[in-house]
Amino acid sequence: MVEWFYALYGGEGSLLYMAAIISSILLVVLPLLLCVAFAVYFDRKIWAAVQMRRGPNVVGPWGLLQSFADGIKLFLKETIIPAGANKGIFLIAPMLTFILALISWAVIPFEAKMAIADLNVGILYLLAISSLGVYGIIMSGWASNSRYPFLGGLRSAAQMVSYEVSIGFILIVVLINVGSLNMTDIVLAQEGYFWNWHWLPFFPAYVVFFISALAETNRPPFDLPEAEAELVAGYQTEYSSMAFALFFLGEYANILLMSATMAILFLGGWQAPLPGLDFIPGWIWMFLKICFGFFLFAMVKAFVPRYRYDQLMRLGWKIFLPLSLVLVVVYAGIWVYGGLVPVRG
Amino acid sequence: MTLDAAGLVSFSFYLFAAITVASGLLVITARNPVHSVLWLILAFFSSAGLFVLLGAEFLAMLLVIVYVGAVAVLFLFVVMMLDIDFVRLREGFQQYLPFGLIIAGILVGELITLGGVWQAVGDVSANLADKAPDATEVDNTAALGQLIYTQYIFIFQTAGMVLLVAMIGAIVLTLRSRPGVKKQNIGRQNARRPDEAFRLVDVESGQGVDPSAFRQTGDRE
Repeated sequence: MVEWFYALYGGEGSLLYMAAIISSILLVVLPLLLCVAFAVYFDRKIWAAVQMRRGPNVVGPWGLLQSFADGIKLFLKETIIPAGANKGIFLIAPMLTFILALISWAVIPFEAKMAIADLNVGILYLLAISSLGVYGIIMSGWASNSRYPFLGGLRSAAQMVSYEVSIGFILIVVLINVGSLNMTDIVLAQEGYFWNWHWLPFFPAYVVFFISALAETNRPPFDLPEAEAELVAGYQTEYSSMAFALFFLGEYANILLMSATMAILFLGGWQAPLPGLDFIPGWIWMFLKICFGFFLFAMVKAFVPRYRYDQLMRLGWKIFLPLSLVLVVVYAGIWVYGGLVPVRG
Repeated sequence: MTLDAAGLVSFSFYLFAAITVASGLLVITARNPVHSVLWLILAFFSSAGLFVLLGAEFLAMLLVIVYVGAVAVLFLFVVMMLDIDFVRLREGFQQYLPFGLIIAGILVGELITLGGVWQAVGDVSANLADKAPDATEVDNTAALGQLIYTQYIFIFQTAGMVLLVAMIGAIVLTLRSRPGVKKQNIGRQNARRPDEAFRLVDVESGQGVDPSAFRQTGDRE
């Protein structure tokens, strides 16, 4: 993507190259923020439809502009910093959450050669950034100097660390069939139509990954860090105005990121699902697959009741961890003894 | 001013190195222990940046995932929950200063020795038992994999066993069964069916129900 912009600007020199980098970042981030705004709207609409309500329908046609109205409302409000709060960390925490949610998108390929950075270790980069996400929450919980945020922060730290373990093992399962840590290679390993994609041979891994992704993004039924019935709003309790908006945007950007990761790992990335549909550009397929992932997230939020905290921990450590370990052993065994392991540079 | 690739690399190196050293200093000078841990995380993160500049992207990601993403979270977790008296924390400073200086002196001596030997030997690769695969042919993830899982497989397995033993040891040391603690038996909870958990009774007005009749079926553990 950077190379494409560089060629477009038709010049030489590092300043032009930097301009190309910045252009490609803007090309990813601006549509992403727009998508986040509409994702919030669709999340509320789907939730409402499941409960036979109408959802947001006042601002703009069919309520499409609701998210923007909410954004302006938050933007115009006063940022309140509690008297006992640790000011610096209190303000850094939401920024960190938002920044981490955005920089993960640097390695997502939207089409062949359409990623800001096509890293050799793309999937590890994704794992590293998502493991940093816990800091925004734990810092905000501590800096608020208040009981509910602190408990929410601690819960979230334990929860995210627990489910990252099974996500890591699931990645190993998929990577056995890929032989590379590069995101583009992962998509290319699923060359073909929907019966060639990873979701079919790796279906148990897909299910475990999806549920772990729910826990990783603090979505219902695993939204214990902000369980309103017990913790008011968890780590967000003391936040108002733009600081809250940054948390909110970061959360939805992370959900979209997890949908994109699932699309790349299991649903063939930018590839068309059926023969004859190849004329549609790859980024549209990628977009539709992200929408599909987001729809699953929204449906789960609508009809699964919240877990109890001890059940959450039990599921993570006593069920998913052994299950994903067994999956690694079984799939590695089949792939090695079936001669299916790909050989790459 | 024009920026070429080498200029950018050295600029990034000095940026990351300066941040690493500065945050390392702040780790030991920060008054608040939580701030210390946060500076430590920044130091880890900048060292990951240095690894990337060396072309060791796999090690950089591993550093972030393992140290920043897991170890430092647990640090922060524990330090946040400690009730620390800052005044008392400062008291022992004079007392511990000599030990700190001795350890620092030993470390500096070791670093100087290492640097001197490195300079004196010159090409170190001749002394290696097993050479790393050529960096121009395979990327460093594959290179590490080829070495660890072929040449050094027994050492690698032994390291794994040591970690396993340490983990079991930690669990054995901290696990104690206390009497009189209520515990859930998840299997039994899930196996319970409505007909053994409750029953419907038609209660006559003003009669009440004999409570002893319910204790038989609805026993709690």
